[in-house]
Amino acid sequence: MGTVLNVLRRSTLARHTAAALAAIVALYFLTTAVGPYRDLQIAQAAYLTCAVAGLTVLTGLGGQISLGHGAFMAVGAYTAVLVIGHWGWPLAAVLAAAAGVTAVAGVVVGAVAARLHGPYLAGATLAFAVGLPGLANYKPLTDELGGQNGLTLVPPIPPAGLGETFPLERWQSWIACLGAVITLFLLGNLVRGRFGRTLRASRDDEIAAALSGVRVARLRITATVVSAAAAGLGGGLLAVVATLAAPGAFPLTLSLQLIAAIIIGGLGSLPGAVWGALILVYVPTWASDLSTSSGFSHNIASNLPLAIYGLVLIVVTLAFPRGLQGGLRDIGGAVRRRARKRRDPAPGPRASTSGPTTTHPGGADEATPDQAGARPDDRGDAGGRGERLRR
Amino acid sequence: MTAATLAAAASGCGGDGGDGGGSGAPGVTATTVTIGSHQPLTGPAAPGYSANSAASKAFFDYVNANGGINGRKIVYKYVDDAYNPTQTVSVTQKLVLQDKVFAIFNGLGTPTHSKVVDYLNAQRVPDLFVASGCGCWDEPDKHPQTFGWQVDYIREGKILGDYIKKTYAGKKVAYFYQNDDFGQDGVKGLDKYIPKDQVVSRQSYQPGGTDISAQAQAIAQSKADVVVLFSIPTYTALFRLAALKLNYKPTFAVSNVGSDPITLTGLLESFAKKGGSEVKGSPLIQGMVTDGYLSAPGDASNSWTQLFKKIHAQYIPKLPFNGNIVYGMSVAYTFVQALQAAGKNPTRKGVVDALEKSHFTGPGVVPFAFSEKSHAGYTGAVIGTIKGENVVPQGQPLTTDDGDGPIQPYTAPQPQAPANGVPAAG
Repeated sequence: MGTVLNVLRRSTLARHTAAALAAIVALYFLTTAVGPYRDLQIAQAAYLTCAVAGLTVLTGLGGQISLGHGAFMAVGAYTAVLVIGHWGWPLAAVLAAAAGVTAVAGVVVGAVAARLHGPYLAGATLAFAVGLPGLANYKPLTDELGGQNGLTLVPPIPPAGLGETFPLERWQSWIACLGAVITLFLLGNLVRGRFGRTLRASRDDEIAAALSGVRVARLRITATVVSAAAAGLGGGLLAVVATLAAPGAFPLTLSLQLIAAIIIGGLGSLPGAVWGALILVYVPTWASDLSTSSGFSHNIASNLPLAIYGLVLIVVTLAFPRGLQGGLRDIGGAVRRRARKRRDPAPGPRASTSGPTTTHPGGADEATPDQAGARPDDRGDAGGRGERLRR
Repeated sequence: MTAATLAAAASGCGGDGGDGGGSGAPGVTATTVTIGSHQPLTGPAAPGYSANSAASKAFFDYVNANGGINGRKIVYKYVDDAYNPTQTVSVTQKLVLQDKVFAIFNGLGTPTHSKVVDYLNAQRVPDLFVASGCGCWDEPDKHPQTFGWQVDYIREGKILGDYIKKTYAGKKVAYFYQNDDFGQDGVKGLDKYIPKDQVVSRQSYQPGGTDISAQAQAIAQSKADVVVLFSIPTYTALFRLAALKLNYKPTFAVSNVGSDPITLTGLLESFAKKGGSEVKGSPLIQGMVTDGYLSAPGDASNSWTQLFKKIHAQYIPKLPFNGNIVYGMSVAYTFVQALQAAGKNPTRKGVVDALEKSHFTGPGVVPFAFSEKSHAGYTGAVIGTIKGENVVPQGQPLTTDDGDGPIQPYTAPQPQAPANGVPAAG
């Protein structure tokens, strides 16, 4: 038993594999226990998780903002629908193609984005998000892409082995959840390794990173490509779950919602991406149920869900400035500290390092460094204790 | 003790609702029939169209207050999809799977509703009276559960085209249309009648952008005498203002969907204001040629308009009384007829069968096409011109098909609205 724990603690790969397997088992039981509509919501959260996770790597760890991830999802969705429609590939190949084609789009956008900073980068990616869905209406392409009306996809048929009455929604949620778990697993390994390290270095100080031998431009392009591929897979899964690809499905608000999700979940944190996706799916549904049962007049009731949604965003950001994942970790840390204090009342050297730093000399405009001076989102997803020991 | 009594009473009620229904169809209890819809309450299509569902709801509330249908009240759940197809899919699935609605009623929009048609038919949910004139709802073999309601755009295009060909023989004609199923189907209908060499310019727009000055310029330069618009109200107004700016004064012929005088007047004035000029909307639309298949909202002598005005004043007095209100209440009236026709214990199959055998008359000036072979709605329209705040009908209502069939006058008069507003049973 001890050796297993030891292996898990030492090997990132083993730890992530175990977590992915546990997630798959948990999702299996969850999706089988709930009804078809809940399955569908889980599927929605899963495909959004892919896109949000991709974006959190780019923006949270790479420091490159992208307002264009909705457009990457559109590329993935259209690729999936076109590939199924024209060639009828098996689903796994279709989704791989969705991620692959979007990755190619990511190379183009990344090459542009690597030269830009701040508002210029935001502007360029914004143009991408606004312009790309319009391509479907471009006259020479309307026959192929279906114009404003978009394309529909035949929903995937659950394998016969699962029985005749196996609900389609559960099959869709299995596909989407597997996609999300694989995405998180791959991204998790990637950001814990050399790629993540250099990415963080280039975010914190571009010049210092370049001096240390990091090729910043190339790294940023790679980050955009990885991030785009994840969003493309998310888009492909969206096409499979919603059985469509249409320009109206990828408005600018989608890109902005993805940004909101990474901030709510916790910038740069992969578990945070899951929280963010869950909020994107459940809060609007909950808000619209609330407003329909409120008995307000027509004009108020139809706009209330948006207002409630906004309010939730504000409250979460105020209450958890480092996102839900950061907030949870803070709470977990506080509980653990209290437990440790009770066990060991004398303040040892370790207790002093794990307390909150109040006397750090950092300037006000610097990101608040926690304990050891690392950025809060730098902790990866290994949990506080192991991380602290290593430092 | 009180608690125990209450609990017993509550469980008694629950039992009634579940078992007493008789038909056992989803969404139907002894006292209620629950139906659902996806509607653009926010987003790009909300101006104007967001009133439809409120009007339908008002009509159902009125019917419920008058005893309901066979003792059942109609519960109408309409959910915002913001005209975004992804949301259409998810809210429709919620209505079907979680709210277990009996039918989807008047789901609005072609790009939106076309993404749930297959789903609704696979689930065998009646998909009644889609709020779009796309010909694609009339495919009884492929989509046996789906029924259209409003006149489809091909029929409408044929009737407008025939009128233009006869009235403006030899004159130059230009088209301005929305570049999707709506505008393209309309043009298909127009082209069946207006000779090709008479059409000097064909310009389209994408819904979303608001700059149509290039198209207006091109049409003005072609010096067309008649401009046919297959556009939604926003773009009718934008084009009218652009023509005003260019001092271009053709005759306008506008599709029913984009010609409600009250909506247009409001839009013209608000767009002009944004552009920094003061314009009176009403004079700009006088004499526009259009067509209609329902009672005109400004026709105070019409029994249907009187009925709808009464319900409007009672339930939704804050919304402006315009074509959208008449539309929402008329389609609700047809649903009530369908539910009555399905009998005392309506089932999903029952309502579809009843519609295929139906010969409803009601707020429309032309009959429906409903039969086993056709699920198309109104079969024609009457040409009219805008005078004041009204569309004044000209001549007889006309009916036709969506193929190459002839256009024929329909001579039966529009029936009177029932005195109590609820369609007579049977």
